Amino acid sequence: MTIVHPTTTEAEELSGGAPNVPAPPAKKEAGGRLMRLVSGIGWASVGVAVFVALWALVARSSPDLPTPAEGFAALRELLRYPFYDLGPNDKGIGRQMGVSLLKVFKGFAMATLIGIPLGFLMGGSKRAWSAINPIVQILRPVSPLAWFPIGLVVLKDVASAAVFVIFVTSLWPTVINTAAGAASVPADQRNVARVFNLGRFAYIRHIVIPHSLPSIITGMRLSMGIAWMVIVAAEMLAGNTGIGYFVWNSYNGGSLAYVISAIVLIGIVGVALDAMFMRLARKAAV
Amino acid sequence: MLDLSGVWKSFNGQDVLRGVDLSIGQGEFVSFIGHSGCGKSTLLNVVGGLLDADAGEVSLDGKRITGPGPDRAMVFQNYSLLPRLSLLANVREAARAARPERKAAINDEVVERYLNAVGLWEHRDKRPAQVSGGMQQRTAVARAFAVGPRLLLLDEPFGALDALTRARLQQQLIELWSHESETETVLMVTHGIDEAILLADRIVVMANPPRPSVLDVIPVDITRPRNRAGIIDEPAFRVVQERLMALLSAEEPAAA
Repeated sequence: MTIVHPTTTEAEELSGGAPNVPAPPAKKEAGGRLMRLVSGIGWASVGVAVFVALWALVARSSPDLPTPAEGFAALRELLRYPFYDLGPNDKGIGRQMGVSLLKVFKGFAMATLIGIPLGFLMGGSKRAWSAINPIVQILRPVSPLAWFPIGLVVLKDVASAAVFVIFVTSLWPTVINTAAGAASVPADQRNVARVFNLGRFAYIRHIVIPHSLPSIITGMRLSMGIAWMVIVAAEMLAGNTGIGYFVWNSYNGGSLAYVISAIVLIGIVGVALDAMFMRLARKAAV
Repeated sequence: MLDLSGVWKSFNGQDVLRGVDLSIGQGEFVSFIGHSGCGKSTLLNVVGGLLDADAGEVSLDGKRITGPGPDRAMVFQNYSLLPRLSLLANVREAARAARPERKAAINDEVVERYLNAVGLWEHRDKRPAQVSGGMQQRTAVARAFAVGPRLLLLDEPFGALDALTRARLQQQLIELWSHESETETVLMVTHGIDEAILLADRIVVMANPPRPSVLDVIPVDITRPRNRAGIIDEPAFRVVQERLMALLSAEEPAAA
């Protein structure tokens, strides 16, 4: 069961609002909450300030690196017209981001549609587990980019090949976490199903799915996080459209300030994606 | 009604039951008591059909038990309700699955009756996580009765509850069993000596390994209805209590 490891802390974190835990009493109402918010923002500003100062320091000794001021200027410039479209090689950064997100969602959706049933199968049957697990374990540590040439040859299209890479990326965490969740249905719940003669359908619907939902969402969240990282690399390789292409193109055009701006924006989108799954996880906790 | 003969069961080479012989009559309430590891829960699971005995035979009304069935409903220690379903749906779905031949209207009526009997009808739309452990276990009791089993199997049903809640549930259980139900016979595994005496007609004392089996069967000759306050004054109560204490402390695991 070593494979479950990377997710256990996640699962614990997610179970924050789990059953039987009464909601914490509203802490000293609005005043205290405001104080904590202000202090949080204050310390975050300190962190950012220190980071920018370090950046400025490094930029001083390395003339090729844009200064913070140049970086922010580039970011503002990019965000002034984020959605302009002047042909295939010249698009606004918002548009590029949208192209990348679309590829990620496509690959991710396919991986989810296949990964969850596959995980249920593995979690529900020891034989299926034994048959599939070795393949999963061997393929899981491979960088998904290694699949890019295969996608390219089979699908004959760089954009589809990138989607394929995202599909492979997103598959493993979803499969593994779903399987782990489905395999850990407590013996008592299985006994209830047997004693009251629940059918297979009712068993999956009322016992397996509710029980494995938190780990499924954790798996999806991990998948999405890695997919968002991998899409940048895949698009740098594909050299066609998307935020990864934008990064590579800016580098070739000698504009590191654009590269830095893109890094910041990619990070913000990544945080937003993660927050979406955190919300979903909180909703799913009974 | 229920007959066990020569039931053996072992896990990983360790005997948990060594040749258990026992007969339980229709309408009896029988408690099983013993130290942890004496096989009393295993015995209940064998009767419930969740475990197969390695040797020996268990039969209900002369029919051999080979798996779970709607004639035997169980209540587990940790409630084991389905988390996504309301209390009402928990009882209704279980009764429906276990008794598919029942008409839906009759099923709903039975479900309502037992949820009322355990005082949960007004909470029927809540989910298990929204109610206390006592209320969850009352739901599990209602669920078991709603199936209309011949035999009710209770595996330390009140072990996880506080003393006050436990006392209330014991009372409800007895009332359900004596007036409300087609369920005639009850087998209950327990750790509580007083609980066993209060509820049971007979108490089966189980021995520890290396000879885990029935050590003794003690009849409880106290007239019903019994209640917690009155039963302590019964002379028979003290006698049974002392007998159980003596048996159980003699059985105290040496290593512990």
